[in-house]
Amino acid sequence: MVTKTYEEINTRIKNGEAVVVTAEEILGIIDEIGIEEATRKVDVVTTATFGPMCSSGAFLNFGHSSPPIRMEHVMLNQVEAYAGLAAVDAYIGATQESVDRGYEYGGAHVICDLIDGKQVHLKARAKGTDCYPRKEIDTYITKDDINEAYIYNPRNCYQNYNAAINTSGKRLYTYMGVLSANQGNVTYSTSGELSPLLNDPLYRTIGIGTRIFLGGAIGYVSWMGTQFKSGAPRGENDVPLTPAGTLALSGDLKAMSTKYIKPAVFEHYGTSMFVGVGIPIPVLDEDIMRHLSIRNSDITTNVIDYSDPNHGSIKTVTYAELRSGTVDIDGKKIKTSSLSSLKKAREIAAELKSWILKGEFMIQEPVHQFEEGNTLKGLKDVKKEVK
Amino acid sequence: MQNMFLLTFPSEESGQSVTYDLIKMFDLKINILRASIESDAKGFLLIDIVGSLDRIDEVTAFLEANHVSATRITAAIQIDEDSCVDCGACTAVCKAGALYMDKDWSLQFDNEGCLDCKVCIEACPVRAISAVF
Repeated sequence: MVTKTYEEINTRIKNGEAVVVTAEEILGIIDEIGIEEATRKVDVVTTATFGPMCSSGAFLNFGHSSPPIRMEHVMLNQVEAYAGLAAVDAYIGATQESVDRGYEYGGAHVICDLIDGKQVHLKARAKGTDCYPRKEIDTYITKDDINEAYIYNPRNCYQNYNAAINTSGKRLYTYMGVLSANQGNVTYSTSGELSPLLNDPLYRTIGIGTRIFLGGAIGYVSWMGTQFKSGAPRGENDVPLTPAGTLALSGDLKAMSTKYIKPAVFEHYGTSMFVGVGIPIPVLDEDIMRHLSIRNSDITTNVIDYSDPNHGSIKTVTYAELRSGTVDIDGKKIKTSSLSSLKKAREIAAELKSWILKGEFMIQEPVHQFEEGNTLKGLKDVKKEVK
Repeated sequence: MQNMFLLTFPSEESGQSVTYDLIKMFDLKINILRASIESDAKGFLLIDIVGSLDRIDEVTAFLEANHVSATRITAAIQIDEDSCVDCGACTAVCKAGALYMDKDWSLQFDNEGCLDCKVCIEACPVRAISAVF
């Protein structure tokens, strides 16, 4: 079996000798020369995704005013940020809606205005303490005026997500877009064979500490994502058949570009954020290359009825079917549409590839790997406190 | 194909019978597709001129002389390409198939196929689509 170490791959990157391709390009190479030869020849394969992810936000440290304030209630452009932290720390969540414009302007817009270098109106209130006497401040900040500003997304890069349909007679407005009545359309959100966790289904190279592309800057996998379900059922190719692993990601907001991270608005639902993520997969051996050979026709997902409160599945389809433009349901051809941008994901995979080829981006071995067999808990409706 | 024009009237002209003049003076067959008056008394009229546009220069000159601006409309919506991320959310609701993804997964718009339902405007997560009228 062909094997390589992280050190060997990084030395080749440093020397400008590494062979780097995207997760789409590798498919043609495997067709041509096979798994073994492709493992020998290719050092790194880049994966990427650009989809709406509600579980996004940013930590900010505003710096101390004179006299100082211990901010208890923080508004940024009329969007509330969580300030139950130290004096001038706050977390602005992507889905928080503004008090004046509702979901048309929310936390994701504040984050992107900061990335764009725009002035953001900061208003904070406090009760005043002996050590922080000030009770209110009304000022304007930019990303250059404040100390730290970093994106922290508790959940991203869902490893296989459901497709959505609506069997009811009424149009539904959801985070999966506008679902037409009477099975009028199917929506899905994935970059499929280019998607990070579908190319490393057993999390061999993607773990805590993995260096990534996040919103146009360098970022890191900081933890397992919320709702991490590595114990989801899997096919013979190790790819999960239902939603499974997720990643918590962080990166420097100040170095990001709104070309790769953008606010999203879902009608009658709320604010969200498109987050561009690119993750390199080092080709350590043939097993990794075998996983990288995944194609849209090998990945399946369930079409979930969003008009059913229990979100029942009405059909299992392949990503190739979803990408074809229609899926067959009850003998009818139903139009399929993507919510994540494959075009942007391709741009990100190509950008990350160019960083590695230029020797600017080294592959970081995870410092801790995710556990297998993790399951999810539901929330119980407990009526009485247990004493 | 329709020959749609959006006529914009300044507030002081809103009372004028321009449509009647156009029919009478230029022998045009006009369908009024939409008409509205804003709160500031500015008026909008969306018309479709059926048949030949041979005398269109004279028509616009006449309108301009009466302080009415005429803009040729080729589609009910416009897409801001700088904002669009080519996600595809708008194509989900486009029953006419006028919004579609090409082979490179870039959004394309076929204005001739557009049925003017405008559901795409609310379906667009980056608010890149706006109504022309």
